[in-house]
Amino acid sequence: MINIQEVIETNTMIEKENLDVRTITLGISLLSCIDSDLGRLKEKVYTRITTLAKDLVAVGRAIEREYGIPIVNKRISVTPIALVGASACKSPEDFVELAKTLDSAAKTVGVNFIGGYSALVSKGMTMSDELLIRSIPQALACTDRVCSSVNVGSTKTGLDMDAVKLLGGIVKETAELTKERDSLGCAKLVVFCNAPDDNPFMAGAFHGVTEADAVINVGVSGPGVVKTALESVKGADFGTLCDTIKKTAFKITRVGQLVAKEASRRLGIPFGIIDLSLAPTPAVGDSIAEIFEVMGLECAGAPGTTAALALLNDQVKKGGVMASSYVGGLSGAFIPVSEDQGMIHAVETGALTLEKLEAMTCVCSVGLDMVAVPGETGAATISGIIADEMAIGMVNQKTTAVRIIPVIGKDVGETAEFGGLLGRAPIMPVNRYSCEDFISRGGRIPAPIHSFKN
Amino acid sequence: MKKTIITVLGKDRVGIIAKVCTYLANNKVNILDISQTIVQGFFNMMMIVDINDAQKDFDIIQEELAQIGEEIGVIIKLQREDIFQSMHRI
Repeated sequence: MINIQEVIETNTMIEKENLDVRTITLGISLLSCIDSDLGRLKEKVYTRITTLAKDLVAVGRAIEREYGIPIVNKRISVTPIALVGASACKSPEDFVELAKTLDSAAKTVGVNFIGGYSALVSKGMTMSDELLIRSIPQALACTDRVCSSVNVGSTKTGLDMDAVKLLGGIVKETAELTKERDSLGCAKLVVFCNAPDDNPFMAGAFHGVTEADAVINVGVSGPGVVKTALESVKGADFGTLCDTIKKTAFKITRVGQLVAKEASRRLGIPFGIIDLSLAPTPAVGDSIAEIFEVMGLECAGAPGTTAALALLNDQVKKGGVMASSYVGGLSGAFIPVSEDQGMIHAVETGALTLEKLEAMTCVCSVGLDMVAVPGETGAATISGIIADEMAIGMVNQKTTAVRIIPVIGKDVGETAEFGGLLGRAPIMPVNRYSCEDFISRGGRIPAPIHSFKN
Repeated sequence: MKKTIITVLGKDRVGIIAKVCTYLANNKVNILDISQTIVQGFFNMMMIVDINDAQKDFDIIQEELAQIGEEIGVIIKLQREDIFQSMHRI
């Protein structure tokens, strides 16, 4: 039988260490909605989402109440819209209409984000992929809850450098169109390499074409819990450190698995995966950077940070896989700058640079996330930053992503304020040398030699 | 049988257990186990209960217990046992 110490431990994690389930994400396939008439397509998309997701928020709240665990976000991901709208949308403006439909469906069912305004162009862009990408700035400027992502490469296909070049400009345009809100639109746009089909985390979530009609994916969290657990083993050797992280990750993931199974049962929608990610929030104590400090680094960015992150990421996975039947998504430690107090502090004090952050992305999930750069940063430079990050993902057979915000009208020394879970980001300096000629070459970077495994 | 956990946290005083137990008895909630401890000067009590015969819904019992807690200056929570089983048992 459960004893009082165990009950106290669990409730302390929830009440004092910010343990929560970060998101229940309902993936919905929109392939059955495809129609050549835009009006009919919009109607079918709206109806399908609002029918399937009508109980999502209520079920999420009921689970929260009964188990006493906060479920921070209830979200929806849909089939990449470049596919759904391929037949009906003849211009970027047509795609923007679809974005508005997604936004209003999200508002009707009460989810805070809907992901999947996406295109998968790892080897090349179809006409509709390109139209969708060109519509992103407008779509993100005139909607509140729509999130967009573009997969521009994979280990198997190499990198679509035409898309990388195009996206540098798209990021800039998105920043311009939302400059009144510190270029917030860019916080809802992710560029991926090796994007997973079942990621429940925004802004990069979409419901891949390999998925079933509808599926429940759950993202767990808990940097604060790991940090507190590590405080009890200060000074111990690496073996003890690893054991402690594994045990904690196991406990966190089991809660995620329970919530996922319950949500799946109550909604009558199959369970997909648990995403074992340590996702920080701007709340004090809920920080990946603070875990590094407990591990023995003065500040995130200090020499040893990449090793500490590699260790943390690996142990989270090792502890988590045993706790869940199906693990997927991004699964690792997230290092979004603006959403993590410790990371913000490290950037402000000069301990953490963009280059060190890039090195860190080699050993953890995702990549340059919620990084604010000067508004005057050129489109080619942004493409260059994206290309570097995509190359890391392609060569290392892992997911990498870029969510970069050129904050229009702001420069190094200033801070962009996004509010809520998106937090605030100090503007980071960018290498000023040009990559213009490299980016404007056009074409593809071929797949690396080790991708030929057949 | 699905079990439910009641936790009471706060400053110790006379009558906490009496108050909670009276409410449970009046609402046909059967107590299976009680334990208590003091953590950092705070009174912690845990009850494992069976609410399957209760006439009121989970939500209502949860709210009414929270209300009793407010009246006597402690925090009373009602949670399904599964969350603790999941986290602490393989």
